[in-house]
Parts: sequence; C-alpha cells; structure tokens
Amino acid sequence: MRKTLTSLGLLAAMSAGSAMADETVDVGLIFSLSGSGAVLGTEMQKGADLALEISGGKLGGLDARFVYEDDQRKPDVGKTAAEKLTRSEKVDFIIGPSYSNVMMAVHTPVVRSGTILISPNPAPADLAGKSCNENYFAVPFQNDQPSEALGLYLNDKGISKVFVVVPNYQAGKDVVDGFKRTFKGEIVSEIYTSLEQNDFSAEMTEIKSRAPEAVLAFMPGGLGVQFVKQYDQAGLKSQADLYTIFTVFNGVSLDAIGAAADGVYSVDQWTYDLDNAANQEFVTAYRAKYGTLPSNFAAMAYDAVRLVDGAVTAAGGIEDKDALRKAIKAASFQSVRGDFAFNNNQHPIHSMYLAKVSQDDEAGALAVKREALIVEKMVDSFAGDCGLE
Amino acid sequence: MTALILEQLLNGLQLGVLLFLIAAGLTLIFGVMDFINLSHGSLFMLGAYFAVLFQGLTGSFLFAVGLAGLAVCLIGLLFEVLLVRRLYDRSHLDHVLVTYGLILVANESVSIVWGASPVFSGLPGELSGLVALPFGISYPLYRLLVIAVGIAVAALLFWLVKETRVGMRVRAGATNRTIVSVMGVNISLLFTMVFAFGAFLAGLAGALAGPLLSVQPGMGETVLILSFVVVVIGGLGSIKGALLAAVMVGLIDTMGRAFLRDFLSAFFSPRVASEAGPALASMLVYILMALILFFRPEGLLPMQKRS
Repeated sequence: MRKTLTSLGLLAAMSAGSAMADETVDVGLIFSLSGSGAVLGTEMQKGADLALEISGGKLGGLDARFVYEDDQRKPDVGKTAAEKLTRSEKVDFIIGPSYSNVMMAVHTPVVRSGTILISPNPAPADLAGKSCNENYFAVPFQNDQPSEALGLYLNDKGISKVFVVVPNYQAGKDVVDGFKRTFKGEIVSEIYTSLEQNDFSAEMTEIKSRAPEAVLAFMPGGLGVQFVKQYDQAGLKSQADLYTIFTVFNGVSLDAIGAAADGVYSVDQWTYDLDNAANQEFVTAYRAKYGTLPSNFAAMAYDAVRLVDGAVTAAGGIEDKDALRKAIKAASFQSVRGDFAFNNNQHPIHSMYLAKVSQDDEAGALAVKREALIVEKMVDSFAGDCGLE
Repeated sequence: MTALILEQLLNGLQLGVLLFLIAAGLTLIFGVMDFINLSHGSLFMLGAYFAVLFQGLTGSFLFAVGLAGLAVCLIGLLFEVLLVRRLYDRSHLDHVLVTYGLILVANESVSIVWGASPVFSGLPGELSGLVALPFGISYPLYRLLVIAVGIAVAALLFWLVKETRVGMRVRAGATNRTIVSVMGVNISLLFTMVFAFGAFLAGLAGALAGPLLSVQPGMGETVLILSFVVVVIGGLGSIKGALLAAVMVGLIDTMGRAFLRDFLSAFFSPRVASEAGPALASMLVYILMALILFFRPEGLLPMQKRS
C-alpha cells in the first residue's frame, strides 16, 4: 500500500514536472566573461543575476532558467554560442552580447531564428536604422546617443575647442560621428589610437600642445584605466576638462583608476543616484549583494531582465510570440532610468545626463554622480531609416 | 615646435627603455640557451601584480618595485629548475607549446587570485609631479624615473656582460655551448642564472609599468609581441642590438603616432591623411621589422654564432 502511494506521488511529481517544463522561460545570456573584455561581461552578469534573484527565480510568474555563454569578445565565438542557444537549447530570449563587434556577428543568426534578441549594451547605428528588426531590442541606448548629447551640452556651455581621442574601430568612429552631428564648435584634432595600445604618452603630449578647452575620450574597458591615469599623470586635468563616454564606471573601473578619476566627466543615460523607486530598489539590493555601487553595465543588464519579466507577465506566457514582441515594445516594466519607452526602431527614448566622478561619502568610494540633465526624451538619429512602425 | 618634438622624443625614449628591459631578458635567454620563452610576458605581468601587492604591504613604492623584481626572479628560477631545464634539448616547437601553456596558466592563476578586473596601481604623491625641463617642457617625473632606471640597468648589463667573469661565460655560452661545458664551466648553473636574471628584468619592467598601465590578466601579451619585434630587429642574443632596436622601436612608434598624420596631410587630402595616418602608424614598427628581415635577416647587431 505504502509503495503504491509513493509511486503515485512520484507519478504526480513527474507529470507536474513535465507540465512545468513547457512553461519555463529559457533565457540565453551571451557575455564576454573571459579575456580582456571580461571587465564589462562580469558587470552584466552581476546585474542579470540580481534581477532574477529579486523576482524569486521567476520571470513573469513562470520558472526561469539562465544559460550563460562566454563570447570572449570574439565575433566567431559569439556566433557559435548564439547558434547553440537558438538550435539546441531552444531558448525563448537571448540577452547579449557585451560588445558591438560581437553584436554584428550574433544579430543575424538570432533574429532569423525568430528568437528575441535584447541588447544590454551595444547598439550599432546600422541595426537601429536600415537593418532594424522586429526581433531585436536595444535596452541601453543607441551607440551614437551619448556623444550626440555631449555635443549639445558643450554647445550650451560655450565650449568651442575640443580634442577627440577614440580607438580606431567601428564604435570609436560611431562616437565621433555622433559628436560631429550635434557639436557646433571646432574639433582641434581627432586621434584614432590602436585598440592594442597601452601607452598614451604621445597622445598626451599632443593634447597639451593643442591646448583644447575640453577633451572627449572613449576608451572602453582596461583602456579607460590606462588613459585616465596617464591623463592625470601628464598634468592635463588642470588644463582641460576630460569628458568620457563608456570609459569610467562605478566599482572595478573607479577602484582601478583611483584618485586620478576624480573630477572626470561622463555622459550616461543612467546614474546610480537617479531618484525613482525602481532605481532605489536596484541600488540597495546591489550594494547588499555585491558590496559596491552598481555600474552602468550592471544596471542595463538588470533592466534587460526586468523587461523580459514585464513582457512575459503582460503577454500572459511565452507561447504567443507576437503578443510578446508587442509587450516588449510597450516596455511594460519600471526601468531604473525612470522615464523609458521604445521608439519605432525598438531603441530607447530616454533622458541623457552629464555625470561627474566625485566622492560618495556614504559608500566611501568614488562614484559617477549625476551633475546635470542634458536632454529629455532623446530619440536616436536613425529611427527614420527603420521600416518598423 | 622644438619643445613638442623634444617631448615626443622623450616619450619615445621612455617606451624604448621599457621595451629594452623586457627584450634584454628575452634575447639573453634566446642567445645563451637557444630557448624561446613566450611566457616572458607573463613574468612582466607578475611583476606588475607583485608590485601592487608589496606596495600594499610595505607602503613604499620603490621598495615594492625592487621586491617585485626579486619575487619574479625567484619564480623564474623555479620555472627553470622544474620545467624549462628539461626542454633545452627539445625542438623550438616544444618550447613554444610549453611556454604558451604557461601563459594560459599564469593568466588564469592571476584572475583566480586577483580577479579578472584591473587592480589599482597608483603612484605615490612624491613621484606624481611634473618636472620643468629646458625649452619650456614640463614632463612627468615618473616617466623620467623610468628612463633613468632603464639607462642604469642597461649600463649594468653591459658592464656585467663585457667586464665580469660571469659575463664572459655568458658570451662564450652564446657562441658555443659545447666548448664552454668541455672547458669545465657548470653550464646548467649558468643557464639557471641567466634565466632567473631575465625573469628579474621582466619583473622589474612590469613593476615599473604598473602605474602607467592597467594591471589586469593578459597585460603581458601586447608587450610581448613588441619585445619579440625588438629582439628580431636587434639580432637574436645581442644585448647591444636589443638596446638599439628597443630605442628605435620606441621612437618610431611614438613619432609615427605623433606626426605621421600631419606629415601625410602635406601630400594628401586631410581626409586621406586622417584615415591612413593612424593605420600606417600602428604598422610602422612591423614594416621596419619586415625591411630588416629582408635586408639583414640576422638583425642589426647579431651575436657571432658558431656551432
């Protein structure tokens, strides 16, 4: 008798299990988790993990499963990971990758398979315009937006001589293009450095000799640490304000740069001290779990997971892809940015801020703090080229 | 303009000196033991990490740099005795395989101990100022210090190799190993010493470069490639060649980055110059290497090698 009961129980458990399996939200996450790109990838992983933990391991009320893949910041590795996730893991969503070069390789195979691709960081111009796709959503910004916003800010401040330093690859050129689109003053010189370069002494001397009023630098990952340190060591901080994009962020980046980062500006769509309930909940939970202030990258990965959570709730499950896409486009979640909506090309409409690195007394560390609102409800420059409505 | 050129020359010299510290060890090890050590860049990385560690423990930057050099020297010694020693009689392919494996082990161990993110490596206040030089140049004190240390080490090396008994044996070992051991020199001890000394130089270079660079796993690889270029240009095994080549590479790289674009815009449209300038500047060093390999395959100042 007892045996029958046990097996009955087992049977019940098994059938329950299989019923659950159909209703699991499978999310593939492709981040750069090893190599020199890991600085950003690990930040994103922290943000995504925290979002899932806060919602109790569920997304939209359904059990959720995260499958992590490491792209090592290599396009070919990212593409293989994307194919694995869409074909053999058959995930419902893919969040990733961490860098623009990998995005260009991952985008086509994922959106063609009908899987929904959500970018937590890179958003190249091409994918926002002509090649926009109903299955592709960019959560953080469009790559050109921060430098466009900076151009507006510098116009406003009456700064007319700017020196530009960026790495010589696509994202660097996007930043310069964006800046030129809005900035009305004179760019005294634009320097393209090698991505492999780690000593910037020649560039520092060049900056000094041109005597600009401000310097715009985009130096992602470890490059940012070296650039900001050497900028300070060359005594340039007292000569020209340093405005950065995707270069300094809370936590590991500011810890590694140290006092040299104090007073450096950054243009961001989010800062940790934004005053809204969703952000306060995120920052408090992040500090409790990891012990540092969250970075921009962690915040955007967090937003990406919350977006999925909200969309699955609104669509009432994951079966109906059209309803899901519609729910995502409606952005039915509370972004840590506060005001947030998707444009027709599925890129954000949001505010851009000027932030400055200064001491946060409560956290006892340097932090990228909000200084001024540059532009509200900013749209990107490519939405007009996109055929979606 | 003079001031600008002079300051860029200083920048080039500083890069060259740093490259020399790494390449000197590499070329010694190659010249004397005929051993290709790809993991030399990892020793550079370890030097930077140890300097951060010791600076935290002792509080003195210069002391920490010295200690880091010695610690890496000790690690080099262990490497040689436990592993590298068994490989001298094998082919170069085996050297490359094993030392490439060591790179992976070193990077992974460093990220297990210190994490995959860059760690802080700052300058003490008294070294972070600017120095006023003639022609109205104000130059970072620390970069001048790097140049001075590099020149001192180069002088020490020349004296060691030229004037001392050990140096004589090293030169002899590089020229003809078999004869040296037949003459009763303990060749395996000599090899261990040379390897450890090469490791010391790499560690010292890493410790000195720490405050300039981002101290993170894999930071040795980019430097390693340039130092191999230096070794090839200078001539395998030649310290004098390494010094000449390191300064040349440092100057050409820096001057290319600084002036090539302006130079090109004298001949081409600004658009072409700003597109081609940076691309060409990052290739200059390799173009130089290709030219040297074509016209002087043995390098600028090769060792006299008989075997």
